[in-house]
Amino acid sequence: MQAFAALFAELDATTRTRVKLDAMKDYFEQVEPTDGAWAVYVLTGRRMKRLIGARKLRDWLGEASGLPDWLVEETYQHVGDLAETVSLLMDDGEDRPAVEGSLAEWVEQGVLALRGLDEVDQKARVLGHWRRLPRSACFLYNKLLTGSLRVGVSRGLVERALAELSDRPRALIARRLMGEFEPSADFYRHLLSEERREERDGQPYPFFLASPLESEPHGLGPLTDWQAEWKWDGIRAQLIARPADAEPNQVWLWSRGEEPMAGRFPEVEAAAGALPEVVLDGELVAWKDGVLPFSEMQRRIQRKKIGDKLLREVPVVFLAYDLLEYRGRDWRSRPLSERRVALEALIADTDAPALKLSPTVVADDWPALAALRENSREHRVEGLMLKRADSPYRSGRVRGDWWKWKLDPLTLDAVLLYAQPGHGRRANLYTDYTLAVPDGDTYVPIAKAYSGLTDKEIGQLDRWIRRNTVEKFGPVRSLRPHHVFEIAFEGIQPSSRHKSGIALRFPRIARWRQDLTPDQADSLTQVKELLNAFGS
Amino acid sequence: MTKDQSTPPLIVPTDQGLYCAAGDFHIDPWRPVPRAVLTHAHADHARAGSQRYFAQADGVPLLRHRLGNQDFEPLDYGERRRFGAVRVSLHSAGHVLGSSQVRVEHDDGRVWLFTGDFKRDADPTCAPFEVVPCDTLITEATFALPCYRWPPVERVGERIHQWWSGHPDRPCILFAYALGKAQRVLAALAAHTDRTVHLHGAMVPLTELYRRAGVTMLPTEPVSALPRGHDFSGALILAPPSAAGSPWMRRFKSASTGFASGWMRIRGNRRRRGYDYGFELSDHADWSALLRTVRDCGARTVLTTHGRSDELVRYLNEVEGVDARALSTLYGGEDD
Repeated sequence: MQAFAALFAELDATTRTRVKLDAMKDYFEQVEPTDGAWAVYVLTGRRMKRLIGARKLRDWLGEASGLPDWLVEETYQHVGDLAETVSLLMDDGEDRPAVEGSLAEWVEQGVLALRGLDEVDQKARVLGHWRRLPRSACFLYNKLLTGSLRVGVSRGLVERALAELSDRPRALIARRLMGEFEPSADFYRHLLSEERREERDGQPYPFFLASPLESEPHGLGPLTDWQAEWKWDGIRAQLIARPADAEPNQVWLWSRGEEPMAGRFPEVEAAAGALPEVVLDGELVAWKDGVLPFSEMQRRIQRKKIGDKLLREVPVVFLAYDLLEYRGRDWRSRPLSERRVALEALIADTDAPALKLSPTVVADDWPALAALRENSREHRVEGLMLKRADSPYRSGRVRGDWWKWKLDPLTLDAVLLYAQPGHGRRANLYTDYTLAVPDGDTYVPIAKAYSGLTDKEIGQLDRWIRRNTVEKFGPVRSLRPHHVFEIAFEGIQPSSRHKSGIALRFPRIARWRQDLTPDQADSLTQVKELLNAFGS
Repeated sequence: MTKDQSTPPLIVPTDQGLYCAAGDFHIDPWRPVPRAVLTHAHADHARAGSQRYFAQADGVPLLRHRLGNQDFEPLDYGERRRFGAVRVSLHSAGHVLGSSQVRVEHDDGRVWLFTGDFKRDADPTCAPFEVVPCDTLITEATFALPCYRWPPVERVGERIHQWWSGHPDRPCILFAYALGKAQRVLAALAAHTDRTVHLHGAMVPLTELYRRAGVTMLPTEPVSALPRGHDFSGALILAPPSAAGSPWMRRFKSASTGFASGWMRIRGNRRRRGYDYGFELSDHADWSALLRTVRDCGARTVLTTHGRSDELVRYLNEVEGVDARALSTLYGGEDD
């Protein structure tokens, strides 16, 4: 683990991409394949199933450090990271010997081996490590124990380092890193090996991600160079259908977060059974003669087991918008226009209501298209997608060919009522806000928002919060109503789970309205008018 | 304790600052007053405009530099001065050059002690902390959480030197407070090298005052003494944190940056501020030093000022069995 700790320190101490790439290449070049596999696993943000809950670890930490539980809790809130809190509170100022054993040994024996033990033995092992490991290794050990390790390298950067090291195309590495994998020596050797044909199975391709359009679209050139589609408010998914030994096809459905979604959308999987061998990109949406509000879709997402009643009430369809593989051939480098023609023919030939084509939106010129976009809310979509007609299907977020041209969000002015410290980079800064709207002589919480302020504003507000706390409830501080923020959100829906009776979709802070006082914020009555106008 | 309840407190917070009515003087006032006793020259403790200032002699040149020409009366550590019904003396706080704790002894026998900012770690740039027995202790609480435990300063000096010598192809810019921290770094590095360190303009006069006080440090040269376009590769440059992100930084191409501060013990703090390296070097007491000081002073009552007052107060009451309360002041305390 020493070598991995050194890599971690190097990655943590720089913001330069080149330095990070070189550090990773050096590490991966020297490392044993089992360690390499685990390092890839951890650096790409994958997490092992949590064996020991955070609550339990905090209890153990109180015992091991000899500090009262409330002080452990305050310190954890201040540090903002449990693994780091442990490493700091277990630091007794003594020099401890360097850590021995490889990364794989630490994962397998230090973490995974806890699985078979009862709580007493788990605790004895974990506390033993806490007392012996030097601070940086203790931090890493706890990170392995508690979840993922964020160290400022994106998955794309890990892919680049491995691609440069092995001299393989990055897309190949990216594809091999999709979905779930077993971090083994074989996996690591395969990751860096030459491509073989039989590799294609149920593994998804990397998704091509659109970038937000930040300027007026006419800057993109003639509209005829572009294909416009609705931007659906559903679940982006990749559908893989491959012939099985017996009919029908074997089907895989992957979310954009690379979660396998087998069994979650049986109607879609059944519909894909009759397709030729294809890989499709598209959106899962709840559909009854048209798209249903996302809140309906949520009823499907929240359930692990889908009953017949729910299947009838909230049917889901796959709206296909791209064709990545067709009849066993990789089509990603062909132009979108060509892929689209084949996709349209494919869906037309498939007589399955759960498979639909995401239609193109046709207009004569940019102003006409902009006018259609203005009606997005009526269509229950978030705006438009603009895709260059001759673009290949790229990997990851590459600017230039795919743009999301979303509708301007709805806004309202609300009052800051509670604040809570953030985590990681925002540890011990009050950055998680609960915003409320006035209702008579009281305030009703309407949204939680985490982002949208500059670092300077966050600092300024943090100092104010500390000086103007009315009450503390654990990490949460209730505040004197004083600051007004404009919050932007994508949609508004009735909700029985919220005290206000209203749920906002994707709320975030748009602006600090220092020109407004709390009584000038939008009232609950005004928010309900918004619900009547835009709620679906 | 019964006495404290029946007689008015010796020192109370007022709009002007901490005030001792029995001696009619203020300590580290934040508004102009007739008589001010100052603990040290940092901006949140030393402000201009009072009629007369009392401070430890080593700190007076620093105070003159910061506050301009005021009416200063230098005192030696331990020298007793009578103000009304109390006798006042200054005792080394180990924070920066000339930093003091203020001991106030009433004719009725009560002894109160205000620590000002203090630390108990080794620091060759100032006199070491002196334990002063008292009945009531007013202590700072900047780093009063158990996650704060300072590593030995020699090890931090070694790490800074490693960082500097490990970047021969880039400038290393170390941010550190201009008064105290910068000089402590220069002194700690003297154990490893005799190379010249480059200084931001704000640090030049203060470092010169430390040198005149007899503090041994690495040789220094102002950045401004070098011609435009000078190649700073491999150089160590000390600068105040306020210089980060300023146009002044443009002359240092592809610099590696570090910050020397107790706050750097927390990874999130370093990442949030965007420094490449954090060096845990503080001029304040860490958690264990705060507790040790309360025990060493034998105080029955502890009042806490700036920082994590609430946690220290609760811990002292519940775990140490000391009567403790938070005192509201305007000291910033966040700077380290």
